[in-house]
Amino acid sequence: MTIADLEARLGYASLVAYTDAELAGAYTSDLLSDVIAHAPENSVLITLQAHKNTVACASLAGVLALVLTGKAEVPADLLDAARQENLAVFRTADNQFTASWKIAGLLGLGLGPIPGSKENL
Amino acid sequence: MIPFETQNSPSIITELLYRLKIKDIMTHPVRSADPTTRLREIQTTMRENKVSGVPIVEDDRLVGMISVDDIIRALDQGYIESPCGVHMSRKLVVLEDDMPVSMGLSHFEKYHFGRFPVINRDKELVGIVTSRDITSALLTEMNRALETLEAEINSQAAPVAAGEVKRVFVVRQFDYENAGRASTELKKLLQERGVSRKTQRNASVASYELEMNIVNHSLGGRMIYQFSADRVVIEASDRGPGIPDLAKAMTEGFSTANDWIRSLGFGAGMGLPNTKRVSDDFSIESTVGKGTTVKVTIVFETAPTPQEKPA
Repeated sequence: MTIADLEARLGYASLVAYTDAELAGAYTSDLLSDVIAHAPENSVLITLQAHKNTVACASLAGVLALVLTGKAEVPADLLDAARQENLAVFRTADNQFTASWKIAGLLGLGLGPIPGSKENL
Repeated sequence: MIPFETQNSPSIITELLYRLKIKDIMTHPVRSADPTTRLREIQTTMRENKVSGVPIVEDDRLVGMISVDDIIRALDQGYIESPCGVHMSRKLVVLEDDMPVSMGLSHFEKYHFGRFPVINRDKELVGIVTSRDITSALLTEMNRALETLEAEINSQAAPVAAGEVKRVFVVRQFDYENAGRASTELKKLLQERGVSRKTQRNASVASYELEMNIVNHSLGGRMIYQFSADRVVIEASDRGPGIPDLAKAMTEGFSTANDWIRSLGFGAGMGLPNTKRVSDDFSIESTVGKGTTVKVTIVFETAPTPQEKPA
């Protein structure tokens, strides 16, 4: 899945122009220490931490795209920093759980049928 | 007299106080009035322009001053409709435009006025100075001086020994504007050296955590990167306040961060443990009241892992 696929399939609002690239994974966290230590490279970070420092941290970790959840305003300096670091930024009304679940599906990380249920994850 | 001791203050501030002239910091042009202007009109001028004092000028000469206090007295005693010339204070203390700011400061200290009119050599009114003008001018100039100093420090990147390179970055307390800048530079330098992705990541983790510790917890400090052929040594040192209990600080989950630092996604108590985990060598020294120095070594991975292929 590429960043553009993510935008097209989920309909998340793209806030900056980005260079499309293949996404190798995803990570969900609001703790920047956790992000810098554990977010996989070439991944998308799902977070509600909508401020400029998230960009610095994410880009150091090799994250390629941010999905900002929650209703907080996305500050202009975050977007400026993202342009500088060539980081895609999306915004969604989905909460972190839902966004993570959808993105896991797109990445082919779904678990398949839940035992005892007809639902597919 | 300047209301602080110049002897033991940083020389840069003392120097600024003497180098900056009143004309550099004054507000101009000034809203003035003539002695026939009614106090009521002056009150309106003050309200509309958010000023607290209006100089009174007659034939290009400064002859008096009306302050908010004068207006309040006029309202209180019922002469707000009369011309200001009758009631203005004629005892004037003025500043001259080519006086150093240090003299302005000593005037505020000595006379307890909220503002001083400024005249030029020909005794014409050219501006007005409040203590706020002085404060904001000093802050601006100090900031500029600091940037010059930082640029000087950063330019001292000359090799310190054959094959060794040293880079220094100043990191300020609560400067979330530039937080992470030093670590981003480090990562770029490592990329240029072609070290493995894993090494880049480990160095980024250590550097970022240490840099954010300076931003979140210290009074300010610096990040020093010392590169040699097979490793980078990262030294993060700050000017205080120091860590009273190092064992606690090294414990995962322990943090002294306040609520607003935590709300930014920091202060999870993972910084130092994370740093130690990714480092090949780790040492920390701290003295309460003096500061903390953390020194870590990241040895470059010898057989670089193949570049992660895009999924």
